[in-house]
Amino acid sequence: MGLNRVAAVFRNGHTAFMPYVMLGFPDPLVCRRVIEQLADSGADLFELGMPFSDPLADGPVIQAAAQRALENGITLADCIAMVAEMRAHGFSTPAVLMSYVNPILAYGLERFAADSVAAGVDGFIVPDLPPEEAGDLEAICQQYGLALAYLLAPNSPPERIALVATHAQGFIYLVSVTGVTGARDALPPTLPEFVARVRAATDKPLALGFGIKSGEQARAVRHLVDGVIVGSALVELAGRSVEQMTYLAREIHFALHTPEMLG
Amino acid sequence: MTSVNKTSRGRFGPYGGQFVPETLMAPLRELEQAYSAARADPDFISELDHLLTTYVGRPTPLSCAARLSAHLGGARIYLKREDLAHSGAHKINNTLGQALLARRMGKRRIIAETGAGQHGVATATACALLGLECVIYMGSVDMERQRPNVARMRLLGAEVRAVHNGSCTLKDAINEAIRDWVTNVQDTYYLLGSALGPHPYPTIVRDFQCVIGRETRAQIIAAEGRLPDMLIACVGGGSNAIGMFHPFIEDRAVQMIGVEAGGESITSGRHAARFADPQRGRVGVLHGTLSFVLQTSDGQIMQTHSISAGLDYPAVGPEHALLRDLGRVEYTYATDEEALAAFHLLARLEGILPALESAHAVAEAIKRAPLLGREALIVVNLSGRGDKDLDTVMQRSALSHAGYS
Repeated sequence: MGLNRVAAVFRNGHTAFMPYVMLGFPDPLVCRRVIEQLADSGADLFELGMPFSDPLADGPVIQAAAQRALENGITLADCIAMVAEMRAHGFSTPAVLMSYVNPILAYGLERFAADSVAAGVDGFIVPDLPPEEAGDLEAICQQYGLALAYLLAPNSPPERIALVATHAQGFIYLVSVTGVTGARDALPPTLPEFVARVRAATDKPLALGFGIKSGEQARAVRHLVDGVIVGSALVELAGRSVEQMTYLAREIHFALHTPEMLG
Repeated sequence: MTSVNKTSRGRFGPYGGQFVPETLMAPLRELEQAYSAARADPDFISELDHLLTTYVGRPTPLSCAARLSAHLGGARIYLKREDLAHSGAHKINNTLGQALLARRMGKRRIIAETGAGQHGVATATACALLGLECVIYMGSVDMERQRPNVARMRLLGAEVRAVHNGSCTLKDAINEAIRDWVTNVQDTYYLLGSALGPHPYPTIVRDFQCVIGRETRAQIIAAEGRLPDMLIACVGGGSNAIGMFHPFIEDRAVQMIGVEAGGESITSGRHAARFADPQRGRVGVLHGTLSFVLQTSDGQIMQTHSISAGLDYPAVGPEHALLRDLGRVEYTYATDEEALAAFHLLARLEGILPALESAHAVAEAIKRAPLLGREALIVVNLSGRGDKDLDTVMQRSALSHAGYS
């Protein structure tokens, strides 16, 4: 459970497939199918997004999904309840909740952690809560044995890499480009150098996100990092066709898990 | 209140901080260092002062509102005439300062958000003056109600980008500006327009706006031989208010009143009064700073309402939250109707069309002056002029027959 279950994901010898799902999108029922299909497609660790009215780190796809989820009336309590219900029905893939900080503050940090643990959540990612601001949540996560991933960006200087390396629990989320979430046609050529700088500072697992939308791109980075996060590309398809989304998920999973000569 | 870490940079008591995506942490540090260096550089200060004098027209006058005072039958009211600053509002004090800072940092591309359009116009003005590229984000609802300012920004060479997300007002424009900044952080300077956002913005904006309070202090002493009894300013993000109040904070005898937008009414929920509505206005994080935020019980940011686009924002600058906790500033609100009535009264009695934002401060003076003796002195910060609001005022006045005939 919790941090241990997240850590185990990165010890099983292949690059982890980490799909992002916006909870409550396109509606609660379809969202459940989305999660089941992604789990069946070999997801190693879920990032379960909770909708926020002002997602300033997100591009248009996740913004629209969040807005739709909010229109569906999804609350933070609903998100936690959805995880609890799925856990009760056999959903066993490790999962972290991703939320902006304000809804968590409104819910109450301690209550949020306690309810999350009870529901079977393994950790958190809070994109607008850098380590400097996260002291209280960090202490609570430690108390409850939860992972707390921090982000690093290509423009993070050495002192910030060191700070995040010290504070991150579970894994470090590397943002591939300076920008908002969303699929991109090409990843920046400086990516290997960025990953190498972080590697030199920590032995914690590194997951790469922002911009990855295809098996081809996933294959290109699988040797660089310990996990690959795919968000907008899957969310966009989830809103249109769960079948097409599943197809993409399998393609990415194949690219990450299959030995080189076959992949 | 659930707490977060209170030891981070840029705190005003428990408020403020840097609640931003990682990509912005290094640029904010760079900004903080560049600003500290600029503040200590006499050449930077003298260049800004020179522009404020020869370009903005500072010091702006402190006008005695004799007919308004006589009409109300109480305190003598003075108006700090930021409406007479070049480009029509106090916003230029900050945009010139920050545009000079951007140039000093080697950033040639400026982005900004705007609500009423005053900050956008002031940013476009500073960019034209200094030869910088300028992109302004503005909610589509605000573009509709502040059309003259959209035209002004474009004539000044700025690109105005419409924001169609969320409530299509100021908060959504800030979201888009931050997304642009995260994406183009290498060459782009985000010129934030109010005393909010992540550290160091609340401090930078306050410092550049303090010229209002410093001048007021000297001017009222010259006119009356003493400090005023009361200062009144409207509070959206809170930059004109903090600029007026800050130089008087140690003067305990000077009472200070910040006026939020009461919209249709507090009970209706259609307002932008963060402090006046304890049910919806609670401590939270919006746009990188911890302060009072209008939000649902589930922590979603609420859509606000005000007749004045510049006050139509769900959070308040973090230093105001501290000043409120300390009891140093009293915060109240004026409704749309009260602001409109104040607009008309000031026009008829003083020959001044105030911005609807500033009309909220005038409305509070209208309530307070009769309660004070004739020897009392009130200074109202008339933060901007009302030309941009003529459409709104004419429509509303026709609808409500609220003429002062």
